[in-house]
Amino acid sequence: MSVGPDAIRTRAIKVAKSTSLSLTAIGLALLVSAVLILLAGFNPLIAYAALLKGAFGDSFAIGNTLARTTPLIFTGLAVAFAFRCNLLNIGAEGQLYAGALASVVVGIFVTGLPTPLHIMLAIAAGFAAGAMWGGLAGLMKSQRGINEIVSTIMLNFVAIFFVSYMVQGPIAEPPGFFHQTAQVATTARLPIIAPKSDLSIGILIAVGCAIFIAYLLWRTPFGLRLRTVGRSEGAARFAGIPVNRFMFGAMSISGGLAGLAGTVEIIGSQYRLLDFFSPGYGFDGIAVAFLGRSDPIGVIFAAFLFAALRIGANQMQRTTGLPTSLVLVIQGTVILFILGAGILQWYRQRQQEKGA
Amino acid sequence: MSLLRMEEITKRFPGVVANDQVDLVLEEGEIHALLGENGSGKSTLMNMLYGIYRPDAGRILLRDKEVQFSSPTDAISAGIGMVHQHFMLVPTMTVTENVILGLKEQKGRWNPLLDTRGAEKRINALAEQYGLDIEPNARVWQLPVGAQQRVEILKSLYRNAEILVLDEPTAVLAPKEVEHLIEVLRNLARSGKSIIFISHKLNEVIQLADRVSVLRNGVLSGQVDVADATASQLAEMMVGRQVETPKKKPRKSGETILTTANLVVKDDRSLIAVDDLTFDLAKGEIFGVAGVDGNGQKELTEAIAGVRSIESGNLEISGLSKSRGKRFREIGHVTEDRHQTGVVLPFSLWENYALKVCGTPPYGNWLNMNTGVMQEQTRAAIDQFSIKATGPDVAMSTLSGGNQQKVVLARELALDPKLLLAAQPTRGLDVGAAEYVHERLLSARDSGMAIMLISTELEEVLALSDRIMVMYEGKSMGLVDASQASREMLGLMMAGVSLENIENGMSQ
Ligand SMILES: Nc1ncnc2c1ncn2[C@@H]1O[C@H](COP(=O)(O)OP(=O)(O)OP(=O)(O)O)[C@@H](O)[C@H]1O
Ligand SMILES: [Mg+2]
Repeated sequence: MSVGPDAIRTRAIKVAKSTSLSLTAIGLALLVSAVLILLAGFNPLIAYAALLKGAFGDSFAIGNTLARTTPLIFTGLAVAFAFRCNLLNIGAEGQLYAGALASVVVGIFVTGLPTPLHIMLAIAAGFAAGAMWGGLAGLMKSQRGINEIVSTIMLNFVAIFFVSYMVQGPIAEPPGFFHQTAQVATTARLPIIAPKSDLSIGILIAVGCAIFIAYLLWRTPFGLRLRTVGRSEGAARFAGIPVNRFMFGAMSISGGLAGLAGTVEIIGSQYRLLDFFSPGYGFDGIAVAFLGRSDPIGVIFAAFLFAALRIGANQMQRTTGLPTSLVLVIQGTVILFILGAGILQWYRQRQQEKGA
Repeated sequence: MSLLRMEEITKRFPGVVANDQVDLVLEEGEIHALLGENGSGKSTLMNMLYGIYRPDAGRILLRDKEVQFSSPTDAISAGIGMVHQHFMLVPTMTVTENVILGLKEQKGRWNPLLDTRGAEKRINALAEQYGLDIEPNARVWQLPVGAQQRVEILKSLYRNAEILVLDEPTAVLAPKEVEHLIEVLRNLARSGKSIIFISHKLNEVIQLADRVSVLRNGVLSGQVDVADATASQLAEMMVGRQVETPKKKPRKSGETILTTANLVVKDDRSLIAVDDLTFDLAKGEIFGVAGVDGNGQKELTEAIAGVRSIESGNLEISGLSKSRGKRFREIGHVTEDRHQTGVVLPFSLWENYALKVCGTPPYGNWLNMNTGVMQEQTRAAIDQFSIKATGPDVAMSTLSGGNQQKVVLARELALDPKLLLAAQPTRGLDVGAAEYVHERLLSARDSGMAIMLISTELEEVLALSDRIMVMYEGKSMGLVDASQASREMLGLMMAGVSLENIENGMSQ
């Protein structure tokens, strides 16, 4: 993120190019999906109208879309941040569960704190738990060279099923009929922005976090070093940057960010922890990060797009009666096209960088 | 009819005209040298011939037929081969596998199995025909640079290249290997292949080329037959002025800063690379380490720089700080492998400049980088070293090879380190830039910096060093005062004859 007028211009051109590419991709995906909808015997125009209405139709819909955006920003940030250090964190889902568990424990069992303090404690706990879970993979990577893709995938299972065990027994809501915990204390809940919706100030925290991460990456020595490790381990080593420590640090922070996704879900909208409560926010985070080109600000927009697609598709299914499976196929098509465009652009850029 | 004509080729990049209406003609069997300052557009011109870039204007004619390449694949099938400065080989594969990579060398039309046997036969035949010394079954990572380069050449020949382009082929070679390469290129030309090569080493150009084209700022500034030219004329055509060899002032004595005793260091394969070295290095001294590439110089340098652990023996640098970050700023290191360890290609120039100093005053603190100061400093370096770049914000990858090297030199010198490790500092620099760097190194020495100069180029070592150590298979073949050293003597030592034996031989 450089400052000269030239730099701003080239950056603006870059953003404009990638935006138009993304929009073209979405257009194409909708076209292909329209054919599928037609083949299934439905009217694509009506279906798409329902999708749009579901995602943006009224303040309630927009609120829902934004609420859905919140955890996706966090998981997207998590994946993007690790990727800046050339690490692929596939474990955002597990880290999210770890964060949710820690926050729910703080939310239920710590009592008697004033609201802001309780909230902050829940957030800190969520971040710490996620950071521990991500850091574990980071430790294995930096100390033993264990591939972080494999370890984070495995740690997902451990976290998800550990939470499942916890909500069935140790911290289940008495008398324990359902696989869920009690609700967190009202002092631990994030204030709601739009009445009657799930939208809490979590969205503001998420956006703030994204801006903070952008600052961290481009304005601090820590960020420059981390990106150096990501782009050239050799150059980092010879510049005296402790590569292993940075890998560990990057995975920890990445895990912490994913943990916050769990936290905002718990104290921002669900208030209690259920087993298998996440509809795959952690995995969507991978696509969000990719679509946002691992740029924290890009992640915000990518998360919003994803959320709109998910929320809108639900509505589309409800109003038109399209089979669920078809809705999923359409979502998948759109994501594939967008990612395809992303890969195309990445490839072009690489072609340009070569041959210097 | 000429074999190749490039007519009025123009290529622009944001803010620069890399080639401006350049004409180039290549005859059959000709060896053509392309000369020019760093950033004058040589690589760009060749990349267009090889289909990596497309010209903005102009035509390329092969045997009077216009061609358009949209990728190297097109260029290869038109009979053009290119050997890049950074080899494009897969280290873990064998020579044969590398050569046929990407080709459909199957046993028969209906037999999809790989025909390695047949490929090997052809490789051997080609190697014999052109005098390329190659072992088809060797794995590429085991080969010295010179042999890897021959694999690259063979790759092109295997694909029936008629025109062979080599971008600074001798920059990475030891003198012996250069001779071998020259031999090979002559053989190729004799059997009708045409060759274009880029080089900054004028004596090689004169030795090898039939004709020379000189680029300046993207414009063709001259074309001469080599028979009519001398090295200093060529230098003047390139730089526009006379180039001089640096003058060394007598050395002031300084306190010792680096001492090693019986130092042993292992390489990445856990083989002993530095074997029982004992020497010291004082402030205000340039200590030359000569030797053929791969005789332990890299491992020695890395051990001193603190990025490689030592096996046994002693390595002491006096007056270094305890903190890791400070230590790395107190030892400057111009690394040998620019792309792997020197720069971060996708980063801007100022970010590259800031790798070691970011976070220390006046460049900011741990919470905030003072990007303004770092950009200002980078701009100053651009001026001082005449780096061809439009500003500190451009990506390192857009700079020409020599200009990237200049950024690294500027960065490490700006640290004003206690000890400077300079490995092949002028590799890829044009004669003018090399002259400037030599001056800078000497003036740093005069102001008390301790410098270890690791170079495969004898001229450079002889001109700059106060004392010279020659390494062979990890051992020191002897340490001589530069004033008493000669090319012949160093050459013998580089081949593994110890100083003792040379002196005994002389006294007999
Ligand atoms: N991909 C690119 N984007 C922008 N500018 C570029 C790019 N490639 C080259 N340039 C610019 O074009 C000019 C010519 O570069 P080129 O690499 O052809 O120089 P060169 O003659 O090979 O120099 P050297 O001797 O240092 O290798 C330089 O100013 C360089 O900065
Ligand atoms: Mg070049």
